[in-house]
Amino acid sequence: MKRYLPFIIVAIIAIAAVSAGAILYRAKLPHLLSIPQDKVISGSPNTEKMHIRGEPNAPVTVEEFGDFECPPCSSMAPYLDARVSEFKPRVRLVFRNFPLPSHKHGREAALVAEAAGLQGKFWEMHDVLYREQATWSKADNPHELFDAYAGTIGLNVAEFNKDMESEKVKERVDSDHARGVSLGVTSTPTVFINNRELPSDKRNPEGLHATIDEAVKTASQTKGEQK
Amino acid sequence: MSVARFRTVLYVIVAIVSLAGLADAIYLTVQGLTGETLACGGSPDCFRVLGSQYARIGRIPVAAIGTVAYFSVFTFATFALFGYARARLFLALTITAMFLATLWFLYVQAFLLHAFCRYCLFSAAVTFLLAGLVIALPPREA
Repeated sequence: MKRYLPFIIVAIIAIAAVSAGAILYRAKLPHLLSIPQDKVISGSPNTEKMHIRGEPNAPVTVEEFGDFECPPCSSMAPYLDARVSEFKPRVRLVFRNFPLPSHKHGREAALVAEAAGLQGKFWEMHDVLYREQATWSKADNPHELFDAYAGTIGLNVAEFNKDMESEKVKERVDSDHARGVSLGVTSTPTVFINNRELPSDKRNPEGLHATIDEAVKTASQTKGEQK
Repeated sequence: MSVARFRTVLYVIVAIVSLAGLADAIYLTVQGLTGETLACGGSPDCFRVLGSQYARIGRIPVAAIGTVAYFSVFTFATFALFGYARARLFLALTITAMFLATLWFLYVQAFLLHAFCRYCLFSAAVTFLLAGLVIALPPREA
C-alpha cells in the first residue's frame, strides 16, 4: 500500500486542483450584458446629452463605459477611435463616465472632462486625460495638471474651474454612472456594440474590428431588407 | 532530530508550500483565461502586469506554466518523501528553473513595467522559500 501512497496523494491533489480551477473558471466566466429595448439609444440622439465621436446618426453604436484613471480604458481608447475613423460614417462612439470608487482621482477626472464638454471640448480633454493618465493619476493634487490640460486645449480656465464645481457637470457624471449601473456594468472598460456587450477576449484591435465589421454588415442587411 | 527525520520534515514543508503557490497560480491562470485581468479588481498595477505582453506566451497565460511548475514541485517532493531517489534531482531542477523565471519576472515588473502585481510577488516569495528549503536539504547518505 505504501508503494502506491505517493501516487494516490498526487492524484488527489491533481483532481482537487483541476476541480478548483474549473469551479473558479465557471464562477468568473463573464456573463455578457445586453442593453434592453427601453434603454437603447435612439437613432437620432439628443447630442446635448451624449458625447458622440463620429457620425451622430451612424447605424452602429459603440457605447463605452470608461474611467479616465483605468489603465485598460486608456489602452483601448486609441484603437476605439481608430475603428470609428476606419468605419466612418457607419460607426459612432458614445462615451459614458463610469468612475470606479477604487480610483483616487477617477471621479474628478470625469468632472474635468464634462466641464471641458461644456465648452465644446469633451473629446479633446478625453484624449488628453487618457494620454496623460500615468502622470495625473499618480499626482497627489492633480488639479494643477487638469488646469494645464484645460489651457493647452484652449479652454477658458476660470470658467472651466467654475463648471467643475457646478451641479450640471456632477449630474452628467452621475447620470452616466446610473445608466451603467442599471445595465449591470461593474467594471471598466465595458463596451456595448449595438447594445451587446463586447466580450473581454475581443477587447483588442482585431477583435474590435471583427465585431464592428459584423455589426456594420448586419446593419446594412437590415437597411437593405427595409428598402 | 536525525538527518533523515529533518529531511522528511523539509519535504513535507516543500509539498505544503508548493500547494500555496499552486493555489495562487491557478487563480492567476483563471484570471488570465477569463480576461478578468482587464478589470483586475481596480488595481492599476495589477493590470499593468497581468495585462502586459510578458504575462502571456501566445494565448497561454504564463501563470498556467506556473501551475504546472508548482504541481511538479508537489509531485517530486511527495515522491522524494517516499524515497524515490530521482525525485530529489527533478525537484532541484524544477525549483532552479522556477527561481530563474522568478528573477526574470521581478526584473520585468521593476524595470520594464514599473508596476508590481501582489499575486506575482506572492508567487515570487513562495519560489524563494522553496529554493531556500531545497538548499537546506541535507545531502543523501551514500
